[in-house]
Order: sequence, then structure tokens, then C-alpha cells
Amino acid sequence: MTPEALRAIFIEELARVAPDIDPATVSDDDHLQNDLELDSMDFLNLVSALHRRLGVDVGEADYAQLATPGLALPFLLARLG
Amino acid sequence: MGVFRMPSLGADMESAKLVEWTVRPGDTVTRGQVVAVVETQKGAIEIECFEDGIVERIDAQVGDTLAVGEPLAVIGAAAGSPQLGVASGKPARPARKAQRPPSPPPEVPEPPPERPEEPREVPGEAPREVPGEAPEETPTLPPPEFPEQPAFSSATAEGAASASPAARRRAADAGVSLGVVSGSGPGGAVLLEDVERHLVVSRAPDASPPVENRPPRSGLDIGAMRKAIAAAMVRSKREIPHYYLSHQINLQAAADWLAATNQTRAPDERLLMGTLLLRACAVAAANNPDLNGRFTGGAFVPSAAVHAGLVVALRGGGLIAPAIRDADTLGLDALMAAMRDVVARARGGRLRNSELTDGTITVSSMGETGAEALFGVIYPPQVAIVGFGAPQIRPWVVGAAVEPRLVVTATLSADHRVSDGRRGARLLIEIDHLLKEPEQL
Repeated sequence: MTPEALRAIFIEELARVAPDIDPATVSDDDHLQNDLELDSMDFLNLVSALHRRLGVDVGEADYAQLATPGLALPFLLARLG
Repeated sequence: MGVFRMPSLGADMESAKLVEWTVRPGDTVTRGQVVAVVETQKGAIEIECFEDGIVERIDAQVGDTLAVGEPLAVIGAAAGSPQLGVASGKPARPARKAQRPPSPPPEVPEPPPERPEEPREVPGEAPREVPGEAPEETPTLPPPEFPEQPAFSSATAEGAASASPAARRRAADAGVSLGVVSGSGPGGAVLLEDVERHLVVSRAPDASPPVENRPPRSGLDIGAMRKAIAAAMVRSKREIPHYYLSHQINLQAAADWLAATNQTRAPDERLLMGTLLLRACAVAAANNPDLNGRFTGGAFVPSAAVHAGLVVALRGGGLIAPAIRDADTLGLDALMAAMRDVVARARGGRLRNSELTDGTITVSSMGETGAEALFGVIYPPQVAIVGFGAPQIRPWVVGAAVEPRLVVTATLSADHRVSDGRRGARLLIEIDHLLKEPEQL
């Protein structure tokens, strides 16, 4: 999967979890919890969605790797590889 | 038989705009069935019917703004046809224009029967709020001209249907009631694949796409919501003499148990710390009747059931606290599913009016990050709110040593008309004990 395709999927699932976020405005540096205001329920829903969509099961110990899109994309790409 | 009026929408809302009827004259309705959707300061709210019967007349039209207590419709007795008579001035025109998915496809069995509703603890509440008690209106419409539409009961079967979290979410995404999906899982539980199959079937030609049938969640007006919150909180501070307690709880055992439990679970099955906190509160509330109930008509009415209001913060500001019914009877997994469901619907604007008014105690959590203590303002007519700050690693005395521990500050704001600090402390101490043995939760 290309990084671009993965980013599109990530942002799409993010917007599904938090429909009030405008996908076009999400930057790679946005902290999902501090900047985009995802709470723990939203965050878990995102992890669930990524698991279903990509087959990547991110354990709680690795949640910090998903803190921002900029961190999450290389991490997920490596797990997909 | 009686006039069906705009029900109470909680302490903070006095009126709402009717945006959809999901029934029409002649339809058989059952207690708890969703019959209309209104737009409020807190988003779209589904209005449930109070009683079994037949819709004899629709009084309120889509687009009308109605105060709590204003007539919406006339519901006739279920058995026996209504008296013949002359139609009143307001014609009962069918307001429903294919706003619901069509009848389920043939291979889908009838939706499960209506979940039996226990009697409300405060039966006198709704009528009390009706302004200027109107005379019993005698329905004067011709007999129902529409056949029964059992498909509508599916709208209310959702809450009762057993379903996997993934199925629940997919159904919610697609705007499909779980009640119309036949489940292939254990005990007829609806699984993700069942929902997918249903979606494929219902996408057949002629089947209107369910998503487009839902009234759009018109962008929440934050200003309006702020006013609603202000109204409730001003009333609370004016009427309720609050007292406050605070207690630090060593959360390490709960955190360790949660981490170990979640490690073996797929994301869909994981629990949140918030689930453990809510569970502990619900169990403790059941054992502390002075703190669980409603203060109405000048007196406190304790509730045997614990309907726990869960404060959901909305992005962009504002909050809403839908009640999870019988929270004390739900195990952790069931409670987690209920939390997922109610949070999603709070965000998506599909709560029921009963969820806004049935709460007997409220729980508010800061979440994983933020301030270490949260002192809530009681949501009237309730008499207590439990607050949890963000858990912090703090020095903790263990035997003769000081060790780092995850610590959460639990607070209680309670109504001094009903209880005192000593009683309130029992609740916090019980929550503390429960969280020390998370495997027992």
C-alpha cells in the first residue's frame, strides 16, 4: 500500500469516528487527543476501525504510536509491510 | 386513550421543533416506540410513545415548534375501534412520507417483540409539567384507514436486539435499525456480516437508501446548547444546596487488570477505564439510595433502578448526559457496549427523550488527560453527580514506603436536602473498594 493510500484510509476512518472533523483540515502534526479532541472512546473506535480495515491490531502499549497522523502512518505502514 | 403531548426533554429544554413523524393515523403503537423526531438545542431527539394504542390523530405538523406539554397527537385505546364522529378542524394528514426504510425483505423474520418496560418510578412527573391540564379529548376521527404496520416496531427493537459492537456500529453508520436485521450469532445476536447482508438486500431497487431518510443532524448550534446547559445549571445552583466530597482512589489494581484484560482482546472487545469507573458508580449507587433518584414535587423519590447518566462532551463545546438504563445490572462488557452505543448516538444526534429524563444519578469523567479533579453540578431533578478527574501517577504510601501509583480523584456533589456528607462518603468509599478488586466488577 502506498503512503498516500494509507493516509487516505486513515483520514477517512478518523472522519468516520469523529464526523464533525473536516478531513481536509487534518494535518500530520495534529494530536488526535489534544488537537482533534478525540476522547478515549473515539480513540478506541479508531483503533477498531483500523483493525477492521487494515487488519492491523494496535495493542494498547502502542497507542502512543498513533498520537498524530504523522506518527501513525509510518507505524501502520511498517506493520502492514 | 389520550392526548399524546410533547414529553419533558430534561431540565434544560422547554421546547423542540418537530422534524419527523414515524407513525401516521391508524398505526398501532406500543409503549416505548419511537413515534416522532424533534430537533432540540442538543440535537435530534427521538420521541417515544407513553402507552400502547392506535394513533387516531396527528395534531402537530412537521416544522412546528412545540413547548413541553403541547399536544402532538391523539392515541386511542388499542382494543376496539374509536368512536365515529366528525373530524376536528385539523385534518389528520399522514405526515410520514416514506421516511423509514421499507418493510424488511421477505427472508427477514419479524422483529423481536417489544422489550417490556418496567413502570416508571415517577409516574406523576410528566403530567405535572403539562401546562393548563387540557380536557380529555374525545377522538372524533373515522376508524383508522391504514393497515397496521408492524414494520414500525423495528424502530424500537434496536435497544433490545443483541448485537456485536461491530454490527451495532455498522448499522448505526448505515442508519439501519438492528431490529430489522436477522442475526445469525449466538442467541440470534446480530453480527457484522448480518448487517452487511441486510444492507446488500435493502439496496435492491425500490429500497430507498436508509441513510438519506434520517433527518440530517443540522450542525449543532453551540450557542443554543450553551443556553440549555445554562438553564439547567442555573436551576441546579438556585434550587439544590450542593455539598462536595473528594476522595483519592488508588487505581493501580484496576489499571493493571484492564491492561492485562485488553491485551488479550481485539480492539472491538476492549474495555475502557471509564467503563470500570461507571460500573463501580452504578453498583455503589444501587447500595446508596439517598443518592440515587429524583427530587420532584418537593420531595425526594429514591429509585430502585440505577439509570446512570453518562456525561458526553461534544467536540466544539457543550455536553449531554444520556442515561444508561439499569446500569447496575450490566456487566463490564454489556456496559461498554451500552456506552459505545449511547456516546455514538449522543454525537450523532439520535438519543431518545427518555434517555434525557430517566437518569437517577450522573457520572462525569475528565478522561485520560486534563485536570486531576472534577466537581460536577447536579443535573436536576437528580440529587448526586460523581466526578472523576484524569488519573495521575502520584506518590502513594504502601506500608512504610512511598511508591508511584496511578491515582484518581473521585468527587461527589450531592443534594443536602436529601443526604449529608457522612452518607455521601459511603458512596465514594464503596467505589474505592470496588475498584480495588476489578476482577470482581
